Amino acid sequence: MAQILFYLFAAFTIASAAGVVANKNAVNAAMCLLLSLVGVAGLFVQLDAYLLAFLLLLVYAGAVVALFLFIVMLLDTKSRASASFKKLPMFASLVAFGLLLAGLGTFVTRGQLESRPLHAVPALGANLKLYAYQLFTTYLLPVQVIGFLLLIAMLGVIVLSKKYDGPEDA
Amino acid sequence: MITASLNEYLVISGVLFALGFFGVLLRRNTLVVFMCLELMLVASTLALVAFSRFNGTMDGNVFVFFILTVAAAEVAVGLAIIVALFRLRQTIQLDELNSLKN
Repeated sequence: MAQILFYLFAAFTIASAAGVVANKNAVNAAMCLLLSLVGVAGLFVQLDAYLLAFLLLLVYAGAVVALFLFIVMLLDTKSRASASFKKLPMFASLVAFGLLLAGLGTFVTRGQLESRPLHAVPALGANLKLYAYQLFTTYLLPVQVIGFLLLIAMLGVIVLSKKYDGPEDA
Repeated sequence: MITASLNEYLVISGVLFALGFFGVLLRRNTLVVFMCLELMLVASTLALVAFSRFNGTMDGNVFVFFILTVAAAEVAVGLAIIVALFRLRQTIQLDELNSLKN
């Protein structure tokens, strides 16, 4: 059962990700991104990381994709939507894609990673208390740095979106 | 109960990353390029969670927590830059943003 669900979510994720790349309309691409994120959240649940699955849906699907849709509609680039892909970039991207997949193929066929059966390993990601413990002990400094980063990002966004008319407008 | 192995999760993550990379190279719309970047970021988080789960450690999960935060900040700043760019040039097509070239 778990195996079937894994393949279902995996296929769903990959197919929606392909949709992001292939869709010529930016709104449809954003919707495909949303579906792909839901698939990844499903995979997170399979890996017993329930909090992360929830956060992924909340932060990415909730906030990030909504922001993307908002900007797509704000900028209204409809006139360009029908432009088709050029031959040379298409070829180059396909080569790069193929190289990455070939690297992945060697990893699958020659890989030395041993995979222990899941029931032999404790599912630490399912334990909410452990997240809090780690965030307030080992990762206390990164948490503070992240807080600072968010503050700077907020200030940066405000400065960037402010209309600036010249040196006397400061 | 039969469950998927670590390798299978890493393959999914790798394919997702490759697709995102493909999109970044192929697409000419800045917004869609940005979406594909997000896809690459999510692929890396999937690999982190899988490694963390199969090795019985907590660090990968906590890193994903941080990655989510940084990604949210990154999207906000990136979209603000794109909007500022659109205000200045009236386009977000990468083909037309070539003033350094000539």
